[in-house]
Parts: sequence; C-alpha cells; structure tokens
Amino acid sequence: MIDTSTLKQCKKDKHGVMGMLSKDIYLELFNQMLRIRNIELKIAELYSEWEMRCPVHLSIGQEAVASGVCSALESKDNVFCGHRSHAYYLAKGGDLKGMLAEIYGKATGIVEGMGGSQHLIDLDAGLIAAVPIVGSTIPIAVGSAWGDLMQNNGVMSAAFFGEGATEAGVFHESLNFAALQKVPIIFVCENNGFSVYSNLEVRQSSKRNNVTIAEGHGLNTLKGDGNDILEVYDLTKKAIELIKQGKGPVYMEFDTYRWLEHCGPDDDDYLGYRDEKEVKEWKERCPLKNYQDFLIDEKLINQDEIQDMTSKLDKEIEEAVQFAKSSPFSKKELLFSTVYSN
Amino acid sequence: MNSKSRSLKFSEAIQEATALALRKDPSVYIMGLGVPDPKGLFGTTLGLEAEFGSHRVLDMPISENGMTGVAIGSAISGMRPILTHQRVEFALLSVEQIVNQAAKWFHMTAGKKNIPLVIRMIIGRGWGQGAQHSQSLESWFAHIPGLKVVMPATPHDAKGLLISAVEDNNPVIYIEHRWLHNTFGEVPEESYTTPIGKAHVVSEGSDLTIVAHSYMTIEALKAVKILINEGINCDVIDLRTIRPLDIETIISSVEKTKKLLVVDNGWMHFGVSAEIISIVSERLSTSLETNPKRIGIEDVPIPSTRALAKYVYPTPIRIAREVASILDQEIEIQDIDENIPTDQPDASFTGPF
Repeated sequence: MIDTSTLKQCKKDKHGVMGMLSKDIYLELFNQMLRIRNIELKIAELYSEWEMRCPVHLSIGQEAVASGVCSALESKDNVFCGHRSHAYYLAKGGDLKGMLAEIYGKATGIVEGMGGSQHLIDLDAGLIAAVPIVGSTIPIAVGSAWGDLMQNNGVMSAAFFGEGATEAGVFHESLNFAALQKVPIIFVCENNGFSVYSNLEVRQSSKRNNVTIAEGHGLNTLKGDGNDILEVYDLTKKAIELIKQGKGPVYMEFDTYRWLEHCGPDDDDYLGYRDEKEVKEWKERCPLKNYQDFLIDEKLINQDEIQDMTSKLDKEIEEAVQFAKSSPFSKKELLFSTVYSN
Repeated sequence: MNSKSRSLKFSEAIQEATALALRKDPSVYIMGLGVPDPKGLFGTTLGLEAEFGSHRVLDMPISENGMTGVAIGSAISGMRPILTHQRVEFALLSVEQIVNQAAKWFHMTAGKKNIPLVIRMIIGRGWGQGAQHSQSLESWFAHIPGLKVVMPATPHDAKGLLISAVEDNNPVIYIEHRWLHNTFGEVPEESYTTPIGKAHVVSEGSDLTIVAHSYMTIEALKAVKILINEGINCDVIDLRTIRPLDIETIISSVEKTKKLLVVDNGWMHFGVSAEIISIVSERLSTSLETNPKRIGIEDVPIPSTRALAKYVYPTPIRIAREVASILDQEIEIQDIDENIPTDQPDASFTGPF
C-alpha cells in the first residue's frame, strides 16, 4: 500500500503523468538501483574465482532504465530482454538466489543451469525471454503480447534491447506488426552507444533517427534520459497510459552508458576503444549517485537510512552467494528430458 | 466412430485437418502470406477465414523471421500457431528463430515452457521454378534436436500428420511437396492422427527394401509396379516422419530383405539417405548381402530449364534400374517417351506451380 501521507510532487514530472509520488515509491526506485548495482559489483568481484563459468554482461551504469520501467509495470506484466539480463530480472522481482545459482550453473538456478546468465527466463517473475542473439526476443515479445491481447488477459509487455538491435531486421518487422495489430507492448531501446567495441558511428548513419523510424512504423514514441530513473518511470507510466487508451504500441528510447567491458567483470578502457573524457563524463552522470543526491536534497532519505538499506542488501547478497555456491549441479537426466515436451 | 471415408485431394486433406484443428481448440490459429487469399495457399486454406474469422486465419507481412518470433511468442502466451510458407526457401529467412529459439526453448527453460508450433513449408518443382523454389531441405531441420520434421506422401497422412503436428507440444516442421497437392487418396471424414515418428510400409516384398519420403514415395511406388512385371518384389517404406526417424521399421525390413536402397527427396550428401544408410550400416553391416545404395537429387542446384532439370530428379525408371542393378538382374525397361513433359507431375496438373 502506498503511504499517502508522504505524497510529494515530483520535481521532474515533465510529462504530467507521475503526479504525486509517495515516499515509498521514491525509496523503492532507489533500492532497486542500489540492489542491482551491488549485486553486479559482487558478481564482478567473485567472477575471478572462476566458479561462475558463463558469459556475464553486467549492467553497472545502466540501472535506471531497467528499474524505472519495471517499477512502472505490474507484477503480472511481462518483460523480454537480451544477454544483459540481470538488471531486468532483478527489477522485475526476480529471485536473487535463483539468479546467482543459475550463473553458477546449479540445479537450484531458475532454469537449473540450462541457461546461465544469458537466459534468465522465469515465467513467475515475468521475465519471459532473454537470449544473446541480438534483437531475437523483440518479435517473441510482440508475439507473446499479441497472444495476451487475443486472450484479453490485460497483461502488458515491455521488450528491452540495445540500440544495436535496431539494426536487425526483426526490429523493424516487429514494430510493423505490433503497430498493425495494436499489440499492447512497450519497446524500450537503451542506447549505450556501443555494440561490443563498435561505436554508433561505424554502425548507423549520422542522419538516422530511431525515434522517427519507430514513428514511421506507426508507433507512439517517447525519448528520455536513461540515467534519470524518475524520467524513465514517468515516461513508462505515460507509455502504459497510451496503450490503455487504445493508441497502440509505444517505442521509448533512452541514452545511457555501460561502465564495464561488454562481457565480463572488468574495465576494458585500456583498449582505447572509447574516449576517456566520454567515460568520465558518463560516470559523473551516475544514475544511482545522482538519484541519491536528489533524494537527500529532497530529504526523502538520509545517510543512516542509506547505510541501513545497504547493510540489508549486503546480507541478502551474501546469503544468495552462499546458497548458489553450496547448491548441487543438475543431474545428467535433465539433458535428455528437456529436448522434447510430451 | 464414424469411419466413412472418401477420395480427397492432398490439398483438401490439409484444409480439412486445419479446419478440424481450428474447430477443436480456440488457441489454434493459422497465419501466413496468402492464407486468406482467393487461392487459399494452393487450396489448403480455402474457406477457413469465412468459418473462423480473420483473427484466427490471417495474412501476414513479408517478415518471415519476425513473424516466426511472433508465432513463438504467442505460443509462450498460450496459443498454438500454424505458420505457412509458400516455398521452403522463404522459411530460410526464419532459420534463426526456428533453430535458436523454437528448438531450444524447452531446453533453455529446463522443461518449464514448451513451444507448440507448426511451420508448413512447400517444396516446389517443375515449370522452370529453378534454384530458389525447388529445394528439399528437410535434413537441415532434422539435424536440430528440439525440432520434429514430418513429410506426408498421401492425403491420408497429410491430414493425420497435420492434426498430430498441431496437437504436438513441440515445434513441428511440416514439409509438403507441391506435386502432391493434387494427388487423390482415401481420407476418413473424422478427426484422426497419424503418429509422428512412425514410418509406413506401403508395399511389401522380400527382394529389397526401398526407403523413400514425400514425393519420392510416389515415384518409388511407380518403380515397384515396373519391377513387379519383372518378378521383383520390394518393401517400400514411406518414412512420413524424418525426425524422430522410425529406424526400427527400416531395420526390421532390411533384416528381412538384406538389401537397401534409399531414394532421397533431397540432396544425398549429409542428408536423409546418408543418415539412414549410416544407421543401417552400424546396426546390420554383417547381415547385408549387398552394399546399401542411394539415389537422390543430383548434387547441383536445380536449374530453371526443363531440358536440364530432368536430369536432376530420380525417376521411377532410374529407381527400378537401380534396384535391378543391386539385385544383379537384367530387366527390360523402355526409356521415357521424350514427348512426355518432365516438368509437371502429370498432364492434369497445369499449375499454378
């Protein structure tokens, strides 16, 4: 329940949708981002033990989009993403123990070790598809949302992808069909400027604009700052409203930045593929730090409360790591029982 | 149980199976380019939109990979899609979704989510269709754990296998040969299933085992007629399902005849015939009286001109000669009359191809 006694006009409510937010929501958004940041930092720290033996694509620096969008959705709603999947899973209410066990390849993982970090699929949490073939879950998301529409069950869907996926054919195919059938889906493009080491300049014409491309496919479009969680949350509420009004699917685009290497736990800036100044500027725009400063300025949180929140998260993370490490591996039979369904 | 049957075209059998599936289960829908159009995908979807509505019988954008993803997604949220392609080659645009997504979903979710999905693909032949409208690529799909591949040769099995495919909880690739659409056969009126994974012995004899599938079953049966006149009697096994392969039916026949000829509907290298001969050789090598043999599509792309395309396909005469050669028997077969066109299945078939 929202505590209405603490309602506070959001200073960043540019679009007039968010209106009054309760303190609970401000703090929940902060807790979401802090939780993702600290879990990702823990994975980065433990990765060198070489017990997490699968590729990991960490979301440090990009916590705001996952947290803002998923917080605006309801628990019955569905999300879909690519290989950089941890943040969406956690923000969608996923099970941390199950996620870490999955990354450790254990039987207690959410898909019993069959998927690893790149396939955090959990129907109960509403992360329906996560795959590393760039763009491939976009049409699956459209189909799932279209199936929900055909069954009239009121479920809303969000498909997350990076700007690299907008170069794939299925991106355009999916937007076209979603607009044609008025599928209840939000397309969320996180532009972090890089596909592995290839920057936007070598992949897309400087004249290109993905927002106008989405408009051309017949979608509603919204664009915002992907490092500002309140803006992400606000725009997502706006997108949901548009869909509920029967105006069809929405394309949202957020600029953001990945801090660590494309795949793995380390910093890869020694390779010189991106400008030091650019990295520094984006780190100064840290979505977590800036939001924390905002909350402190607005007296919505103080240092003691932050410390308390951090301690609770540390404990949760430590327990989940121990759970994952001590869990058994799946048995050989699983290999043969999961090829065909009866 | 109503066991009335009547003669139906292969295409009508597909239409009837689809109508029965749509009638039985509201989560079934069919989607593909031209599905509701006036020609109804070679007659296989005629009248369906009128009965079931445009929300369940749909045309689609020319977005094969995207729309396969859409079908997969809808299966995740509870639907049972049938997706159609007018030629196998159009489906190649969707190999990513078929191979990486549909075939892997049950595995990747540790068995928590299956994908009930039927993808119909049509193999073209004749009338100069050429390199990109004539390929028999069942072995591509059959290579992939997680997919099932069926290829009916008769109207009876066209209906029974399609109903089985729709009721199956896995992705099923349903490949139909365009030259079969106008063939007739007895088809029961009621709903029935032809089991996936079961081959059918369509002709019996003890001299040699012929294994064929799809249109090559028809060609093999024509060869059998020629051979009977020469006193040669063959088992003909119509595979019906490519994956899972019914190897036991093949083994049991070859144990009896001790000789094997596989007539491949596609290219032989790394194909269906390669697989069957491998398995038979592994299991029966010491009891075989002759080396297992195969014939199939020549190892070249298929040209448009009928003057060259006629060299590419196995014919009943080639099959009969191959059988005689394996048996080391002299047989009298006249060559094909040069005046009979080789680019249509018979004179009654005038297209559209």
